[in-house]
Amino acid sequence: MIYYIIRRVLYAFPLLMGVNILTFVLFFVVNSPDDMARMQLGQKHVTQQAVENWKQQRGYNLPLLWNEQADNPVSETIFYQKSVHLFAFDFGMSDSGRNIGTDIKQRMWPSLAVALPSLLVGLMVNISLALMVVLFRSTYLETLGIISCVMLMSISGLFYIIGGQFLLSKLLLLVPISGYDSGFEGVKFLLLPVLIAVVSGIGSGVRWYRTLFLEEVEKDYVRTARAKGLTETQVLFGHVLKNAMLPILTGVVAILPLLFMGSLLTESFFSIPGLGSYVIDAINRQDFAIVRSMVFLGSVLYIIGLLLTDISYTLVDPRVRLS
Amino acid sequence: MKNFPVFAKHSWILLTVLLASCDVSQLNSPYPENEAKQAVLYSTFSEQPKHLDPAISYSADEYQIIGQIYEPPFQYHYLKRPYQIVPLTAAKMPVVRYLDAQGQLLGQNPEPGKIAFTDYIIEIQPGIKYQPHPALATDASGKFLYHHLAEAELSNINTLADFPQTGSRELIAEDYVYQIKRLANRKNQSPIAELMKGYIVGFDEFAKNLAKQPDKKLTDLSISGATALSRYQYRIRIKGKYPQFKYWLAMLFFAPMPWEAENFYAQAGLKEKNITLDWFPIGTGAYLLSENNPNKRMVLSKNPQSHLETYPAEGEPADKERGLLKDAGKKLPFIDKEIYTLEKESIPRWNKFLQGYYDDSGIASDSFDQAVQISGVGDMQLTPVMQEKGINLETSVMATIDYLGFNMLDSVVGGNSEAARKLRLAISIAIDYEEFIAIFRNGRAIAAQGVLPPGIYGADERSINPYVYEPTGKRKSIKVAQQLLAEAGYPNGIDPKTKEALTLFFDTSSVSIDARAVMNWYRKQLEKLGINLVIRATDYNRFQEKIRTGNAQLFLWGWNADYPDPENFFFLLYGGNAKVKYGGENTVNYQNPQFDRLFEEMRSMDDGPKRYQLVQQMQEILRHDAPWIFGFHPKDFVLSHSWYQNLKPNLMANNKLKYTRIDTVARAEKRTAWNKAIFWPLWLIMLLLVLILLPVLRAYQQRLRASLK
Repeated sequence: MIYYIIRRVLYAFPLLMGVNILTFVLFFVVNSPDDMARMQLGQKHVTQQAVENWKQQRGYNLPLLWNEQADNPVSETIFYQKSVHLFAFDFGMSDSGRNIGTDIKQRMWPSLAVALPSLLVGLMVNISLALMVVLFRSTYLETLGIISCVMLMSISGLFYIIGGQFLLSKLLLLVPISGYDSGFEGVKFLLLPVLIAVVSGIGSGVRWYRTLFLEEVEKDYVRTARAKGLTETQVLFGHVLKNAMLPILTGVVAILPLLFMGSLLTESFFSIPGLGSYVIDAINRQDFAIVRSMVFLGSVLYIIGLLLTDISYTLVDPRVRLS
Repeated sequence: MKNFPVFAKHSWILLTVLLASCDVSQLNSPYPENEAKQAVLYSTFSEQPKHLDPAISYSADEYQIIGQIYEPPFQYHYLKRPYQIVPLTAAKMPVVRYLDAQGQLLGQNPEPGKIAFTDYIIEIQPGIKYQPHPALATDASGKFLYHHLAEAELSNINTLADFPQTGSRELIAEDYVYQIKRLANRKNQSPIAELMKGYIVGFDEFAKNLAKQPDKKLTDLSISGATALSRYQYRIRIKGKYPQFKYWLAMLFFAPMPWEAENFYAQAGLKEKNITLDWFPIGTGAYLLSENNPNKRMVLSKNPQSHLETYPAEGEPADKERGLLKDAGKKLPFIDKEIYTLEKESIPRWNKFLQGYYDDSGIASDSFDQAVQISGVGDMQLTPVMQEKGINLETSVMATIDYLGFNMLDSVVGGNSEAARKLRLAISIAIDYEEFIAIFRNGRAIAAQGVLPPGIYGADERSINPYVYEPTGKRKSIKVAQQLLAEAGYPNGIDPKTKEALTLFFDTSSVSIDARAVMNWYRKQLEKLGINLVIRATDYNRFQEKIRTGNAQLFLWGWNADYPDPENFFFLLYGGNAKVKYGGENTVNYQNPQFDRLFEEMRSMDDGPKRYQLVQQMQEILRHDAPWIFGFHPKDFVLSHSWYQNLKPNLMANNKLKYTRIDTVARAEKRTAWNKAIFWPLWLIMLLLVLILLPVLRAYQQRLRASLK
C-alpha cells in the first residue's frame, strides 16, 4: 500500500501543475497586472508611475510565462516566481500585503466548525430517514417521503438560509441571526447554520442513501436474515446498514478534507470568517496571490480525499487490496 | 405504573423549565452578557479593510477605524457649518508665510505672481503621548525591548497583544516630518505621493534619493520641504500658493508616525504573522485598536494615554435645541469601546439593528420601505414602526457628485463645436434625473445644478442650471430638447449621414440584473429624442481601460470630495488633468482655455468675494459647455437608536467616535424588551411531528405483526 500511496502522490504533481497553469491562464486572460495594480491602488490620484511601482514591488513587472531577455527565460517570469513556492506550501503574501498561510490557518477553523457538525448531524439524520423510508417501502409512507424529498431538493439553498434566519432569529428570537465566536461561546452562532445545512441536505441525502439501502435490501443475505426470523428493523439496522456502509464511508472520506474549504453562501450570510468567503473576497479584489493559493489548496485536498477513499476501501472491505 | 410518581415529578420539573423558558430574553444576543451595561458602541463593516497605514489608506471604510487612532495636526470642527478647520494636536492654526523665488519673505498679502513658495509653520502641543505599544517598550537603560526579536521570542507571538510589555513616548514634531518622508517612500505606495510631488518642495528628489539608497533609513535622509524647527514645531514648504493645503493637513496622510514603529514592524518574523504597520496602527488618538481581526471584528478601546480634549461648546444655531451642546466642555471621549463586526449581508445587519444589537445603521434599498415613508407633502419621515422604537433619522447631502460624462474627444458628442454642445444639452434635458432619483434611489439624492454639491464653498443652493431647468426650477420640456437636437443637426434624432436614428454608445461596468434596469431607463430617456442608445456593458478593467484611452462615448462616473473646497471639484475638468493626455482625473478630457485660466487663478486664492465670483463664472462655463450631465448629489441616511447621542452628520470629519455617547441603561432595557424568545411555535412543531409519527408507528407495528405471522 505504501508504494501505491507514493505513486499517487507522484501522480499529483503533474495534476497540480496543470491546475496551476489553468488557474494562471484563466486569471490573466481576464486581468492584466496593470488591472490588478489599479484595483489595489484605488481610483483616486492613480498615475502610471504608481502602477509601475506597485508591479515592481510585487514582481508583476515580469513577463507572464516566457522572459526572452532573461538568462533563464522560465524562472524570470510571473508564473514561475508565483507558482514554484506553492509546492512547498509556502503561499507567500497576498497582493494587499498579508501572509496567506497565516490567514488560511486562522480561517480554516471557522469553516470546519460549521462543516463538521453539519456533516455528522446530516449523516445521522439522512441515514435514519432513509432507513425509515426503506422500512416502509411500497407503502403510502414511502411515496410521501419521496415527494417530501423532491420538494426539499427543489428549494434553493438561499431560501433555506433567509427562511431560517427569518423564522428562528427574527420571529422567534431564539438564536443570533449571524456572527461567530470561538470556543463554547460560539455554539449559539453555529446552531442555525448547522440546522439549515442539515435541513437543506435532507432531500438529496435521504434519496441517495435510500438508493444504497434498496440495492442491499434485495440481496440474498437479507432474504436469509428474514428467513431466520429476524424482524425488519433487525434486518435493516443489523445487516443492511452494515453492508451499505462501504459506499457511505468512502463518500464521506472523500469530502472530509474539503470541509476545510468552507461554504461560500453560508459563511457570507452568517458572517462566518471562513475560507469560503476568503476566496470570494479575493476574486472580487482581483488578488491573484490568494486565488492561486486557494485553488492549489483545493486541488491538494481533493487529491487527498480521493487517496483516503482508496485507503478506506481496504480498511472497510478486506477483499480490496491496493497495489 | 410503578414509575409514574417519578415520571410525574420529572414532568413538573420539565414543565417549570418550559414555562420559565417562555420569558427568556436575549437568547439571540451576539454579545457576551458582561458587555450589556458597558459603554460600548456596536457598528458594522461590510468589507475587510485593505490598509490601516495612514500613508496608504484612502477609503471611508478604513478611515472609520484609523480616524479614531491617528491624529493629524488639524481636524474639522464637529458641529460648525460650513466646515471649519481647527487644531487637533496643533497648539494653534498654522502660521502661513510666503516667499519669493530667492527664498525671501514676502508680506502678508503679496501679489500671487511673486509667490514662489509657501511655508506652513505648525506648532504642536507638548505632552501628547502615543498609545501604549510594544514598539516603544524600553528597558531601564532605554534600550528597545522588541526591536531585535529572536526566533524563540517570536514563537509565542501571534498578535500585538502577546507582547508582555508596552511603552509610550511624547509626540514630537519630527514624527510629522517622518510621516511626510513615508509618503514619499515608493515602497509605501502612498496614493497621494504623485500628487504631493507637485506641491511639497524636495518631495520627488527625496523619493529618488531614497530609491537609490535602499539600505538607508528614513531618519538618515532629509527632505528639504519638511523640517522640524524644534521639538514641537515643524515647517512644510510647498511650491507656489496652495491655500487648500490646510485641508490636507487635516487628513490622515499627515498624521505622525514614530520611527520606532517602522523599525519594529520591519522585522521579518512579525511580517510573516501579519503583524505589520499596515494592520496594527500606533497613534495618539482617543482610541487604540485593541482587537484586530479583519475576518471577524475590529475593536477600538479608549486610549489610556489620550490627551485632553473637550466637547465643542459652539455649533450651528439649531444644535442647542437638538441637544447637541449638552456635553459642551466635557472631557472626550465618552465611549469606552467600539466594536465593528464584519457583516457582509444586508438582511442580518438590518435585523440586528432592529433588535438593538447595532446602535446605528444605513438603509439598504430592500429595507427602505420598512424604515422610511414619504409624507403627503413629499417629506421623508420614519415609518410608525421605527418611530415606535424611538429610532432617529439623520439625513445629509454628501459632498459627492455622480455624473454622466461625455467624452470630449469623441467625434459625435465631444468637441467645442456648437452642434456638439447643443446635442449634449439636448441629452442633458432629456435625461430626467428627478425621475431617476425617485425610481432608483428612493428619493435619496438631489438633482445637481452644477459641479459643486451644497456645503462646498461657492455652491449657491438657490442657483439653477438655466440650460436644463426653467427659472421655476422645473426641468425644461422635451420640446426644448428636441429643438436643440434639430439645431445640432439631428432633427427628430435622425442622423443625416445614415438617415437613421442617431446611435450613441453608453459604456458601463455594471452588469448586474439591477444595473440592467438602470441601463434600460437611460435607453428610454434618449428614445424621447429619437436617439438609439446602445449599452456597452463590460467588466471593470475593460471599462477603466476605455476611459484611460478615450474610447468611451457616454459613461457614468463619480467623485467624492477630499476636502470642502471648489478646487477639489473643478480640477476634475481642468485641461491639465485630462485623462488621455495626462492621466489625470478629468475623465471627459474637457479643455477650455478660459476655464483653465480661471481655475489656475481661483485655486491659489483665499476665500473671499473675488474667489466666489470666479467660482460662479466657472460654474457658468461648465453649464454652458455641458461636458457632464451633472447628475445628482447622493443623500446619506443614517438611522440611530434613541440611546445613541450627539450624532450629527459630518461628511468631512473622520474622528467622530470620540463625540458619541451611549445611554447604556436605556439600551439594556430596550434590548430586553425587544428580544423575548418565543417558544410556542416550537412546541407546536413538535406536536405536529408526533402526530405525523403516530401513523408511522402504527404502520410499523402492523408490519412487525405481519412479518411475525
